Amino acid sequence: MNNMKDIVLKYVIDEYLDDPDEELTYDSPLISGGIVDSFSMVSLKRFLEATYKISLPDDRATPEAFDTVNSIVTLVEEFISKKS
Amino acid sequence: MGYSDKVRGVYQETLKKIEDAGLFKTERTIFSSQAAEIEVEFPVGAPRKRVINMCANNYLGLSSHPDVVQAAHKGLDTHGYGMSSVRFICGTQDIHKELEKKITEFLGTEDTILFPSCMDANAGVFEAILTEEDVMISDRLVHASIIDGIRLSPAMRDTFKHQNMEHLEQKLQEFENKRIKVVITDGVFSMDGDTARLDEMVALCEKYDALLFVDDSHSSGFIGKTGRGTHEKYGVMGKIDIITTTFGKALGGASGGCVSGRREIVEMCRQKARPYLFSNTIAPVVVSGVLNVLETLSKSTERRDKLETNSDYWRKGLLDAGFVLQPGDTPIIPVMLFNAKLAQNFSRDLYEEGIYAIGFFFPVVPNGAARIRTQISAAHEIHHLDKALAAFIKVGKKYNILGKTKKEIVEMYGL
Ligand SMILES: Cc1ncc(COP(=O)(O)O)c(C=O)c1O
Repeated sequence: MNNMKDIVLKYVIDEYLDDPDEELTYDSPLISGGIVDSFSMVSLKRFLEATYKISLPDDRATPEAFDTVNSIVTLVEEFISKKS
Repeated sequence: MGYSDKVRGVYQETLKKIEDAGLFKTERTIFSSQAAEIEVEFPVGAPRKRVINMCANNYLGLSSHPDVVQAAHKGLDTHGYGMSSVRFICGTQDIHKELEKKITEFLGTEDTILFPSCMDANAGVFEAILTEEDVMISDRLVHASIIDGIRLSPAMRDTFKHQNMEHLEQKLQEFENKRIKVVITDGVFSMDGDTARLDEMVALCEKYDALLFVDDSHSSGFIGKTGRGTHEKYGVMGKIDIITTTFGKALGGASGGCVSGRREIVEMCRQKARPYLFSNTIAPVVVSGVLNVLETLSKSTERRDKLETNSDYWRKGLLDAGFVLQPGDTPIIPVMLFNAKLAQNFSRDLYEEGIYAIGFFFPVVPNGAARIRTQISAAHEIHHLDKALAAFIKVGKKYNILGKTKKEIVEMYGL
């Protein structure tokens, strides 16, 4: 589980930060904190769907659900468990 | 008349939230034509004040130029006031066709189609030329109107880090198998005043067989040696597949815009772009004004040269005074203050000194990147710039930020 958190955190750092030394934690507000703009969220969504072989419907892939690494992981786990 | 108290309440509450968040916008009424000096009433009911305007997109100072006004008058006499029609029914006059031809020549493209505004051009073009089989890859800082246009298109979308060519290349590789790939950028970015490195972008687009789209609204008329735009500056004229631009800034400042580029792409817009098909034609009086502007700019580079001299003078003055600026070489020169409240106070104090310049802060610019954005014009004379500089220095001293680094300013005022 921690592993998923780290994978998502690493993706967010690589994909969205200009300065890789910037501090980012599992709880950093990504969208409301202006780190990820909601328009650029699509690549993160696509990454999660491809990595975890799930499909996230638009009404669940909201800026709120994507606001922290922790909340993203909760969402992804819900869809993984639905799959099995 | 279903406007019940309940419905009214919904809007009142939403408006209150906007206000509480400090995002409520109010207009400042101007009682003169657009110029280097304007007469402003602010706030509402305050005595009118003559101020130096440092925040118009009137880059070439043509918005109220006597030649442009005269050409517009003439067009009004010869072609009437309005056309009461969209272009393809009975809204296309000889001068609309002439303007499309002149813009094609000016920008060095294959063809051009006029839109009611550049917002409309950006909103219409992607839907008109792309399908589900295609992908749009845009710089993260492109203008809001482009984002709207992207949202209206069925093609897949993605973004790359601002001006980061490695990241763009990564995305181009990721989408290698798409039918059509369009890389999307502003020529000059309006908030920072930096220019897209179009030479590198053209090379990448050639390597990965992608189209390149450039919104040159803040460049057309003055960037590049003869003012053709960002593609001229980077030596890639004829290599940009789609250029959109506005007549609402340097090119006379009235209204209107266009898509200019590959012949088939322009034709697709004529067939399918909804803001072209379903919105009224540009008024003949405006078309006549823009034609005059293009004629003047094609004959002489005097105005863009003066703009460049003015911009260099202003940038150097601010740097020598010890302000932190966003790096760049365009007439958009942001004075960085980082803290939103400081930017607001700074702007208010400048107004007291007779200088009209606006503070920008989150969400218009990133958190902690608040600034006063100054925009230079060929209408400014050196005495305007000297007076503005004296005011900036006076207010800068008051807040003790002259000669301070970003770190020191942030330590004093926070982000
Ligand atoms: C980059 C950019 N594109 C498009 C527009 C919209 O232009 P218009 O006023 O012609 O709709 C603007 C104006 O704010 C702009 O800055």
